[in-house]
Amino acid sequence: MLAYIVRRILATIPVMAVVTVFVFALLHLSPGDPAAIIAGDTATAADIARIHAKLGLDQPLYVQFATWAWNLLHGDLGISIFTNLPVLKLIGQRVEPTLALTVSTLVVSIAVAIPLGIVAAWKAGTWIDRVVMMFAVLGFSVPVFVLAYLLIYALSIATKLLPVQGYVSPGDGLWPFLAHLVMPSIALGLVYSALIARITRASMLDVLSQDYIRTAQAKGLPNDKVLIGHALRNAAIPIVTIIGIGVALLIGGVVVTETVFAIPGLGRLTVDAILRRDYPIIQGVILVFSAVYVMINLLVDLSYAVLDPRIRY
Amino acid sequence: MSVTPTAVVLPIVPARRGRVATYVRRHPTIAIGGGILGLMIAIAIFAPFLGTVDPVALAPAKRLRWPSADYWFGTDMFGRDLYSRTLYGTRVSLTVGVSVALLSISVGAAIGLVSGFNRWVDAIVMRVMDGLMSIPAILIAIALMALSRASLQNVVLAITVAEVPRVTRLVRGVVLTLREQPYVEAAIASGTQTIHILWRHIVPNTIAPVLVQGTFIAASAMITEAILSFIGAGTPPTIPSWGNVMAEGRAVFQVAYYIVLFPGIMLSITVLGINLLGDGLRDALDPRLARRL
Repeated sequence: MLAYIVRRILATIPVMAVVTVFVFALLHLSPGDPAAIIAGDTATAADIARIHAKLGLDQPLYVQFATWAWNLLHGDLGISIFTNLPVLKLIGQRVEPTLALTVSTLVVSIAVAIPLGIVAAWKAGTWIDRVVMMFAVLGFSVPVFVLAYLLIYALSIATKLLPVQGYVSPGDGLWPFLAHLVMPSIALGLVYSALIARITRASMLDVLSQDYIRTAQAKGLPNDKVLIGHALRNAAIPIVTIIGIGVALLIGGVVVTETVFAIPGLGRLTVDAILRRDYPIIQGVILVFSAVYVMINLLVDLSYAVLDPRIRY
Repeated sequence: MSVTPTAVVLPIVPARRGRVATYVRRHPTIAIGGGILGLMIAIAIFAPFLGTVDPVALAPAKRLRWPSADYWFGTDMFGRDLYSRTLYGTRVSLTVGVSVALLSISVGAAIGLVSGFNRWVDAIVMRVMDGLMSIPAILIAIALMALSRASLQNVVLAITVAEVPRVTRLVRGVVLTLREQPYVEAAIASGTQTIHILWRHIVPNTIAPVLVQGTFIAASAMITEAILSFIGAGTPPTIPSWGNVMAEGRAVFQVAYYIVLFPGIMLSITVLGINLLGDGLRDALDPRLARRL
């Protein structure tokens, strides 16, 4: 068990190394002089030279990478071109809204999707199953910002039930905090919960056809005990896996959701950085998001051993 | 989904329509999804003949007109006709979806085939793919677009880079299973050239899963293109793509929500159609997987 944990943790190192090389290479993958592109169309030669020096672009590639990676290991993500502030500090300022949004979305999506998937599998072939599957297909098809605008129209503009946009820190009142999160969480969570519901149903269908389920039913166990205690427990691994993999959808969706709802989080920071071509910020955000994604999937892998004691690696 | 005896009886039914009806009944999702996609392709091709005007013609005097008999979808803040812009937007979305699907499948399948057949290549390529897959696809596309000039080709390339790892993994997985099959081992044992084995025994077996994957890639590429344009990192604002139209409508959403509404609905319907088609194809081509999902 310990060996498994250590092996899995070590396995994240090459993955993160590839991510690091990719993020570094981004600046050099594009055709032309990156400094000229960052500076924009109206830049003077002096502007371009300044960005050159700032990003260390006048040094050999391997020196650039070594310096960059060395700074990275010391928690230095570079300096923003536009604001001249450390990227890590800028990211730190924006973590709270994004964390609030993603965690609330994660919790709500799981709480809605797993029961939906279980019911759909239990009532497979009935209209309940069909409605749930319809929801899943729609969830994959309605882009996050389309749903976001439909929600804003229905819940804010037409009925004035919820604030149109913005973010309120939980320190400034719990109710306003939650009220501002309702619509973004629904918009962001739709595709994620569709994915989870679909996998839950598939995994449960697999398990429900097993002999031990029939045995459990034959000995007169109530349905809820069969479904939760026997079936869900054995169907858990694919579900937990997709919860981890699906976080990529949340991270991608955050960029859009924060733009639509004017939430000052990491997604908004990314979009602003794109418009200003502030490359160190874009690189920093990608690194942070990827590291979080890798960590979450590491936790998912480690949870296998807990969920299924038969697994011995 | 097993083949029912009706398939054998069918030839007795004289009309062609009978066969089509049976097919539709047996694969409703393919029929609905294919129908929607066909309609969208028709709209894209015949956009100039569907009562549209120049989608980029400015008419400041007629800005922000609500949908009416004259302007079916209304006008935007520059007075451009939204009905025309939305219809022409179909071209952009479908072009991106199809191009990304074709490109990422060709590149991904090529890498996956080699990787599944060569242990050394596999060890290196798969580490790289694992790394790329741990960066959320949309962030890869955003990062690539942020440093390139806004153009349709660059959007297609950026989304393709993000999608390639998934195809590679899929094809490699199929190759690894097939390699253990007796007929492939027999071919190897009898000294068949690797290229022949790949072409005659491996490639035909990857077509079904890759085709299904291709539809899902097309759907997600269309959403990604809209997202990129929406946040200002996609197709140049001069091209009337759905994402661009929605991005322009963002600022005036509270007074003119129809600007965001129409392209949004079109995008959702198109993606829904492609997803249904993909689901249907998967059910039809791979009954084993269909039961599980």
